[in-house]
Amino acid sequence: MDIHEYQAKKILSGFGIEIPRGGIAYSPENAENKAREIGGSKWVVKAQVHSGARGKAGGIIICNSALEVAQAADKLLGKKLITKQTGPQGKIVHRVYIEEATDIKKELYLGLVFDRSSECIMVVASTEGGMSVEDISKEKPESIIRSKIEVAVGMQKFQAREIAFGLGIDPKLISRTAEVIIGCYRAFSELDATMVEINPLIISKNDHILALDCKMSFDNNALFRRNQVSELRDKAQENSNEVYASDRGLNYVSLEGNIGNIINGAGLAMASMDMIKLAGGEPANFLDVGGGATPEKMVKAFKLISQDEKVKVILVNIFAGINRCDWVAEGIVQALQKIEINMPLVIRLAGTNVEKGNKILKESKINYIEASTLEDAANKAVKALKELGKN
Amino acid sequence: MSILIDKKTKIIIQGFTGKFGSFHAEEMIKYGTNIVGGVTPGKGGQTHLNLPVFNTVKEAVKNTGANASILFVPPAFAADSAMEAADAGIKTCVAITDGIPSHDMIKIKRYMRRYSKAEKMTLIGPNCAGVISPGKALLGIMPGHIYKEGKIGIIGRSGTLGYEAAQQLKNLNIGISTSVGIGGDPINGSSFKDIIEKFEQDDETDAVLMIGEIGGPQEVAAGKFVKENMKKPVIAYIAGLTAPKGRIMGHAGAIVSAYGESAVEKVELLKECGVVISKNPSVMGETVKTALNGKKS
Repeated sequence: MDIHEYQAKKILSGFGIEIPRGGIAYSPENAENKAREIGGSKWVVKAQVHSGARGKAGGIIICNSALEVAQAADKLLGKKLITKQTGPQGKIVHRVYIEEATDIKKELYLGLVFDRSSECIMVVASTEGGMSVEDISKEKPESIIRSKIEVAVGMQKFQAREIAFGLGIDPKLISRTAEVIIGCYRAFSELDATMVEINPLIISKNDHILALDCKMSFDNNALFRRNQVSELRDKAQENSNEVYASDRGLNYVSLEGNIGNIINGAGLAMASMDMIKLAGGEPANFLDVGGGATPEKMVKAFKLISQDEKVKVILVNIFAGINRCDWVAEGIVQALQKIEINMPLVIRLAGTNVEKGNKILKESKINYIEASTLEDAANKAVKALKELGKN
Repeated sequence: MSILIDKKTKIIIQGFTGKFGSFHAEEMIKYGTNIVGGVTPGKGGQTHLNLPVFNTVKEAVKNTGANASILFVPPAFAADSAMEAADAGIKTCVAITDGIPSHDMIKIKRYMRRYSKAEKMTLIGPNCAGVISPGKALLGIMPGHIYKEGKIGIIGRSGTLGYEAAQQLKNLNIGISTSVGIGGDPINGSSFKDIIEKFEQDDETDAVLMIGEIGGPQEVAAGKFVKENMKKPVIAYIAGLTAPKGRIMGHAGAIVSAYGESAVEKVELLKECGVVISKNPSVMGETVKTALNGKKS
């Protein structure tokens, strides 16, 4: 789960990391008042969307008066921000963060992630703050410092000091920098984060170390024990069909194509999407209804897919194990009695009692195309789509 | 032979008396698996499915001689149960539970470092379908009848895609020595390489089918092992050609976040290691068959 920049900043400040003074605003008037409250003569108005690279997309505006702050907020609020990371559909700005401008002496990069090879928490730092970490590794790989942290004992002071010295920090600021790094580590490990990134972490002209921009992501599997984190979820930043799906226990990712699919199991779902692509089609979504493919889940899945306007053909691929095909077929028939589908429907059943399952589908009144293998199902779905195009 | 489990393996079920645990215990018993009891803290002394229930894994091991376990414990308590199994001397533990936090998985793995190699438990999963040695034992939730007895080892992350592979092989009259589901989580008990090593040492496994997916370094790490150490042919399919970067595709671990983690990149890297690639998921069985024929001629 991702959170907004201002939420991440609030969390990190609780772990002893200094942040510029700022406040959240939902309207231009609100923004102007916040600017006056913060004081000073220069502010930054930042669009709060779940994405990096907001600056290049016009989501960050520097202002020299409270009036300019109001104008900037007016420009950003309600706007669809399209960044390198959001994809062409973009994300709508519902709140802006007003922050005092800071005089920067040095910009650094600091990130913490899970390293899946060593199964440790990895701290990544660089002197090239302000660039994305991908760009840093391409353009200035020699500037990157990596440090693996053994979770059983946590981050040690010397490890943080080594990173700080490696960044060429002024000796009188070393211990303060080390505290910032350890604070990030603590936030990561105590809140079940999967990513903490401060970019840039800056040293100001008056020698303060501040988090100027930051991002945090959390382990969805751990939200049950992190209420303070799960409360920060902003569903407005997520695809509405994805929110609908996750609220109903379905694993769903919206994609760009027009063949909707309903599959049991994440691996089989990815494999079926691959087959669609190889057959010359494009999947409209990833949808895993769970290994069991219960009738309740099938109803929810059909409802979800049928409300996606991109979808022109539906492909159902269920490999039934202990839940037999006859039972799955009955579930499909029930689902289709509740939800009207006005487009070609390809169904492929496999596994336990496949003959019985196909018999139930045939004898029902549903209008569908039967498929036998993964390949057959994908070919038939793509063929059905092409025939639609002809009419 | 087979790897990890056979007819003699004595198995206990952790989270025995719950709905899920009970259902799958019955399926495993029906398959002929040697289930000797179960553990549910607080229900020790009771009998469930005509088998004894114990309060702790240690008690269960002491009284039944169990050497393997399967976990149907909810995510919040699963790490604790896995460490309990390791400490009680269980040799193979399959964690079926979906939704264990990554931080907990790291904790389990660090905890297990206290044991010497000989004493250390092999943890399979979590978020997996388990292990089956066809005709011998089922320590998982897969439908046993689609697995034919034979000499191909299967390792995969996904449950249903593994079933698909087993079915394709069965249709070609090819059987399986053991099939291992290592699960879809980013941090798991056993990696592809851990299991592939066991298959290389198993006399009754002739070739290995590895069913990987996007995300993480494990498939490529296994590929390097194949290149340097393996004599048996390895066939692989990597799912997720159409998966967009940076999105989680159902499995918590199925997310492309670095170079070498997309399906296309993994396929290229595995090819360089001499792994035979199944070009699509519909021909996993046929690709294995061709590789076997190539070996014989």
